[in-house]
Amino acid sequence: MAVYKRSYKTYCGPRTVPWGRFLILSRYSYTHLFQSKFVLLFISACFFYPIGCLAFIYFSHNAQLLALLSLGDAKLPPIDGRFFFTFSKIQSNLAFLLTALVAPGLISPDLANGAMPLYFSRPFSRAQYVLGKITPLAFLLSLVTWIPGLILYGAQAGLSGWGWTNQNLWLAGAIFLGLFTWVTILSLISLALSAWVKWKLAAGALVLAIFVAGAGFGAAINSVLRTHYGSLISLNQVVYTIWGELFRYDWGGQLSLDQAWFVVGLTLVISLWLLAKRIRPFEVVK
Amino acid sequence: MQPVIELRDLAVHFGKREILKDLTVALTGRTIGLLGPNGAGKSTLIQTLMGFCPISAGTAKVFEHDVSRETNRVRALVGYMPENDSFIAHQSAVSFIRMMAELSGLPRDAALERAHEVLYYVGLGEARYRQLGTYSLGMKQLAKLAQALVHGPRLLILDEPTNGLDPAGRQRMIRLIREIRETGQMHLLLCSHLLRDVEETCEEVLILKQGRLVHYSNLEEERRTNKSFVEIETAGNDAGLAEELSGLGCACTATGTGRYRMTLPEGFELREIYRVAAARDLELRRLSHRRDTLEDIFLKAIEEGHGGL
Repeated sequence: MAVYKRSYKTYCGPRTVPWGRFLILSRYSYTHLFQSKFVLLFISACFFYPIGCLAFIYFSHNAQLLALLSLGDAKLPPIDGRFFFTFSKIQSNLAFLLTALVAPGLISPDLANGAMPLYFSRPFSRAQYVLGKITPLAFLLSLVTWIPGLILYGAQAGLSGWGWTNQNLWLAGAIFLGLFTWVTILSLISLALSAWVKWKLAAGALVLAIFVAGAGFGAAINSVLRTHYGSLISLNQVVYTIWGELFRYDWGGQLSLDQAWFVVGLTLVISLWLLAKRIRPFEVVK
Repeated sequence: MQPVIELRDLAVHFGKREILKDLTVALTGRTIGLLGPNGAGKSTLIQTLMGFCPISAGTAKVFEHDVSRETNRVRALVGYMPENDSFIAHQSAVSFIRMMAELSGLPRDAALERAHEVLYYVGLGEARYRQLGTYSLGMKQLAKLAQALVHGPRLLILDEPTNGLDPAGRQRMIRLIREIRETGQMHLLLCSHLLRDVEETCEEVLILKQGRLVHYSNLEEERRTNKSFVEIETAGNDAGLAEELSGLGCACTATGTGRYRMTLPEGFELREIYRVAAARDLELRRLSHRRDTLEDIFLKAIEEGHGGL
């Protein structure tokens, strides 16, 4: 029907497969996210450290260059678990800031404008909605965390040869599992908060508060009560404990691995529960 | 005829509150009006049909598809225009409608084409690249209608479509609803507390009160029936008039001095009444068809519905 004909005609054409429709939401979210120059600049800035690490790996394997710079005898730090632990710490903090920047714009505008009935009056489920909203965030966070981590690992493996790769294959698994856990925690917590706070700025501030205030409050509990259980509410400490085990590096944490995984599990369950309570086509006023 | 909406002993509870109870009805009309005072359960019934509210007892079917078990199939057949503001402020109308079309299963290119078409159709063609957040209330209502139409539904559910519109906006919306009805391509369920809107657009009316169905009326039939009732008022000696008119096949009863109410038989010509009056040299001051407005029907139903059906 041409646009100049202002009479209604029904649609009888083909339909897409239902399972892939969550990607439509992701596509529109990307379009919206990348309209912000600040977000683009910040994402670009997140690659500075991985590029520096890549240069360092190349540098440390280039004897000619080291000799040229008179660093032939210098003892450069090894590319091992500690190296990747530090990399993960830095990138995870950047990922956290990226989350505070990006996540509040994903769900809160839909809630603020009452758009939920429009999504769910179509053959589109709540799970698809959450998946559609979490995909762009998880992808962006992956782009600055485990993907560059694995690229660094690949570069080191390529330059060191099969012997190093064979001995350090576990590192690849540790990079992926450790950082993917962080990406999942960040994505789910921030989406849950975004679903409960309609105002974008407030949602962003709350994301920051949960992590920063949690760490501060945990440290205060530890010092006042002379215990280590305060670390349970500091998600950074919890994740560092997991990474410490995965990267086989003693970073000086006091929590056990079981406690850390328990907190991660509990956080994910609470986030999913919060999302399930909020992502509904309408609000029941009791 | 296949029922558009079929409810059987439908009950919906929110916690301990019973919102809908024992609703049983089969609706087949092209345009169905849903009426009731505030809190009657109209919006809950719509939300139940959309699969938003869990059904506590009974069944609800749309085009013979069970709402609880075949929710996605029902949603694919239905276009829903919610009562409250529902849009995404930072999107342009065309992008928003396109996204909604894609979520309904239309391929990307077809969705874009349809988005342009429906925006032109509802009268937002010139404003389709503007952000929805900048739209006036009337334009937002039209955008909501466009998103409900974009995927070509078989049933269009409109929840208070003229809410907050100025008279010109209301007229435009009513005209659009009538146009949609007249295309014959979809059924309409119109929920409104404005009786005039329903009267102007609907063939069937369902009246709810306190979650119960208190009246079902086929407005077309009511209008036809109303035509066979006549009220007359005379001046002069009218002795024996009732008997004479009854002799012509009318059921005639006196309702006051010089006032009569008549039920006319099929094919009765009104000029017969004038002929009888002229023969008796009787002044006929008034002759009118009885006209039960929707307001009469509604008020009667609400009064009678005190004890429920």
